[in-house]
Amino acid sequence: MEMVTVNIDGRKVEVPKGTTILDAAGKAGIKIPTLCYHPDQTVKANCRVCIVQVEGVELLQAACATAVAEGMAVRTNTTAVREARKTILELILAHHPQDCLTCIRNQNCELQTLAREYNIRDIRFEHVDDRIPLDLTSPGVHRDANKCIKCGRCIEVCERVQTASVYTKHDRGFDVTVSPVFNLGLGEVACINCGQCILACPVGAIYENDQHNDVWEAINDPEQHVVCQMAPAIRVSLAEEFGLNPGELAMGKIVAALRQIGFDKVMHTNFTADLTILEEGNELLQRIQNGGKLPMITSCSPGWIKFCEHFYPDFLDNLSTCKSPQQMFGALVKTYYAEKAGVDPARIYSVSFMPCTAKKFECTLPEMRSSGYQDVDAVLTTRELARMIREAGIDIARIEPEGFDPPMGMYTGAGVIFGATGGVMEAALRTVYEAVTGENLQDINFTAVRGMEGIKEATVDLAGLEVKVAVAHTTGNARKLLDAIRSGEKFYHFIEIMGCPGGCIGGGGQPIGTNNAQREKRIAAIYKEDIGMPLRKSHENPAIIQIYEEFLGQPLGHKSHELLHTHYTERSPYPFDETEDVR
Amino acid sequence: MVFAKEQRLVLKNYGKIDPASLEEYLAAGGYAALKKALAMNPDQIIGEVKRSGLRGRGGASFPTGLKWSFTAPLQAVQKYIVCNADEGEPGTYKDRLIMEHDPHLLVEAMTIAGYAVGATKGYIYIRGEYPQSQASLARAIENARAAGLMGENILDSGFDFDLEIRSGGFAFVCGEETAIIESIEGKRGEPRVRPPYPGVSGLWGQPTVVNNVETLANIPGILNRGGEWFARIGAAKYPGTKILTLSGDVANKAFVEAPTDTTLAEVINDFGGGVAGGKFQAVQVGGNSGGILPEALLNIPIDFDSLLAAGGSLGTGSVFVMNDTRDLAEAVKTMMRFFAHESCGKCTPCREGCRRLADFMVKLCAGNATAKDYQTAAGLAQVMNQTALCGLGQAAPTPFQTAMRFFGDRLETRLAK
Repeated sequence: MEMVTVNIDGRKVEVPKGTTILDAAGKAGIKIPTLCYHPDQTVKANCRVCIVQVEGVELLQAACATAVAEGMAVRTNTTAVREARKTILELILAHHPQDCLTCIRNQNCELQTLAREYNIRDIRFEHVDDRIPLDLTSPGVHRDANKCIKCGRCIEVCERVQTASVYTKHDRGFDVTVSPVFNLGLGEVACINCGQCILACPVGAIYENDQHNDVWEAINDPEQHVVCQMAPAIRVSLAEEFGLNPGELAMGKIVAALRQIGFDKVMHTNFTADLTILEEGNELLQRIQNGGKLPMITSCSPGWIKFCEHFYPDFLDNLSTCKSPQQMFGALVKTYYAEKAGVDPARIYSVSFMPCTAKKFECTLPEMRSSGYQDVDAVLTTRELARMIREAGIDIARIEPEGFDPPMGMYTGAGVIFGATGGVMEAALRTVYEAVTGENLQDINFTAVRGMEGIKEATVDLAGLEVKVAVAHTTGNARKLLDAIRSGEKFYHFIEIMGCPGGCIGGGGQPIGTNNAQREKRIAAIYKEDIGMPLRKSHENPAIIQIYEEFLGQPLGHKSHELLHTHYTERSPYPFDETEDVR
Repeated sequence: MVFAKEQRLVLKNYGKIDPASLEEYLAAGGYAALKKALAMNPDQIIGEVKRSGLRGRGGASFPTGLKWSFTAPLQAVQKYIVCNADEGEPGTYKDRLIMEHDPHLLVEAMTIAGYAVGATKGYIYIRGEYPQSQASLARAIENARAAGLMGENILDSGFDFDLEIRSGGFAFVCGEETAIIESIEGKRGEPRVRPPYPGVSGLWGQPTVVNNVETLANIPGILNRGGEWFARIGAAKYPGTKILTLSGDVANKAFVEAPTDTTLAEVINDFGGGVAGGKFQAVQVGGNSGGILPEALLNIPIDFDSLLAAGGSLGTGSVFVMNDTRDLAEAVKTMMRFFAHESCGKCTPCREGCRRLADFMVKLCAGNATAKDYQTAAGLAQVMNQTALCGLGQAAPTPFQTAMRFFGDRLETRLAK
């Protein structure tokens, strides 16, 4: 690898040829400010915040887009550069609502941080208010286009990573806006509610539908019996909301905090993740043995499901009929749990803590009322949970840990790994392998399906049957995989698809600052937790054995079909389709 | 008005042949350059163009031979020639003259360019506001194809080349070379981050040479008469002729093809017949992005480097004269509003800055601007020069900045008291 030596602000640094000034400066201990730059995206160079002076070049150059050359001398903070940067920031701020104190991204906003770091004291341009109405059409993802700084990060993640392509630029110049086609709302186009755009947005222009006040209301209502479940990804990443690294916040502390907030019962989605494995594993075996539709594709990711419904409706019959663990939990809370606890299900308010914004949509679907009520009343993201903890004044690092409530609070490592891409596949294989071979699986680590690679393939020998499996994460990779299957190029028995990069731990409801490096850390924390579990196979979970014995009967039995299975709806990829009934 | 110094080289066929007739073009010596080129090596052609000293006529003035030499040696699945016929600069219609009155000149030139750099496909991106030019070129391409001068194995040379016309959609920014490429690809016409430059990675990621109509129109002449012949015409570092289009307060609002050592005074007075309706106040050369220049600079030759050194810009060669009855501040305001309207919106300094400068000029003309506003605008203008992502944003403040430099009193007098 050819190395070059460059001089940045008087400091010499040696970097591989082709390194950008931005990265070379980072190596030299110099932080050049950026705004439209994102480590997981292409270089856009449109904000012009990272401009620097390259000796011998008259015009200032964008550090993110300029490669260093041997002997290059760069000045990142001359008076002229700093004045230019301030002017650029002032231009952005003058065309941006100045409501930081009440903004959802207060203290967590890249523009606000730059305004502070660059000591902006005076905005020399007259403030312009665009007065664009809020987009509240999606139950998962809301938008305030007035705050948009036109960086294009949302467009890229939706177009390139998710390939749903719902965002585009309208008009030009000062009047440019970013929104779905024809200025429709997200709920009116083929948005899958994955919330990756929220994570991409540097400011408060895109955000979750924050419903935590609804939950406070339920908690404060003495008539309501408020129960919650939480996803495995929460445990690993809530820590980041409180300045800790992924996995550093003990699960028991989160449980204690939830009780302190006022939840009557605190249980875990991992329980129904284990349950999903029993139902889905049996479903897979049935399809393989009885010539059912293959490949079977997992169905726990509502972002993926909506993507499938809009863009690949020819695969709807391939989807497992199993509901997601969240929704299985919801159906059981108002039936199984209500019965056991002696609570009137009409009084139960069921909350789900998720790393996900698409689940805010999922819980409103008409098919998610198997209990006779809305099975899950509210879904709150990791970020909203953090808000409740802060509002309640809980010092989460110091609170004494507590345990989950039965009967739906016990889980195995197989449930935990649902949070990472490849986790559902691995969990399923752990159970299916033993069910088919009758053998006790020694090494239950199916590492071939783990990790951040977009599409992973493996072949598993199940008592002579070569089962071909694939795992994809991001709907962009789902598209690639499905195209290969459509064309006949590839064949699989079983596929796991997660809508978000890295799986649920990379979901749209996760702490701001989610990028691929952070996703890798969260994935590592998930597998670490799995290893530490006393039980790591779903079928060994005594609480699961119990629920079948006393309530469900058999996997795929009548009760299961009533409560734990669902159907799907074909949706048009385009807006304005009369045959579509989404709302 | 007969202008002794005029030399119709690019416009040699103007008004002399029927532009719809391939026969007449051939009879006037057309396609002789192509025949000659096809018998040469591509490097020889590029050498001739380099020898000529020809520089881009679209405004950027980049040496044409050098530009071609970046792309010629590259191995690629497909290389392209793109002709920038977006001609959006107000006051400019030189390219239209060529496209409507001698379309085969452009077709021939692009074929030669294709051969020189190894491109078998060319696109002519013609602004949407020029349907007549589009029709004229479409007819010429058809006729050339029918005569075996376009398509496979042209004139038995083994060289394939074909041209397609693409229409712009009324955006000034699409005159920027990478914005044209984005537009041809069917995307929003926003300029790209460079590097990579189009010569290396352009249309669909392939090596692409983008040249202005007038630049290309000089090529057949250079092939026919030699690079050295061309290099002897006009200014030493910016040789040849330039088509200038006159407008505004000048008696003869017409076009002229003058050697590049002609002075502005000669253009306005000798060709233009002098200032009309009053005395000379200012001249803006090069379109809206060009500088507004005072009387003191009229003796400057029109070549690119001389104008640049004086604080102006040859740009496209539009010459817009204002007499002393005109309100200069109002003129600058109109020019700044043009940029606010045309900014694509991709980068912060141009998207926000063009509008802010236009707003400032509105305020100034209304008598409401303060000294602080003026200072802020001046600072903003400089930041735009230095940080905008493309030439539009970098050059947009020019009318304002030259007005400040050469006619400062006329602006300052409008500040609020």
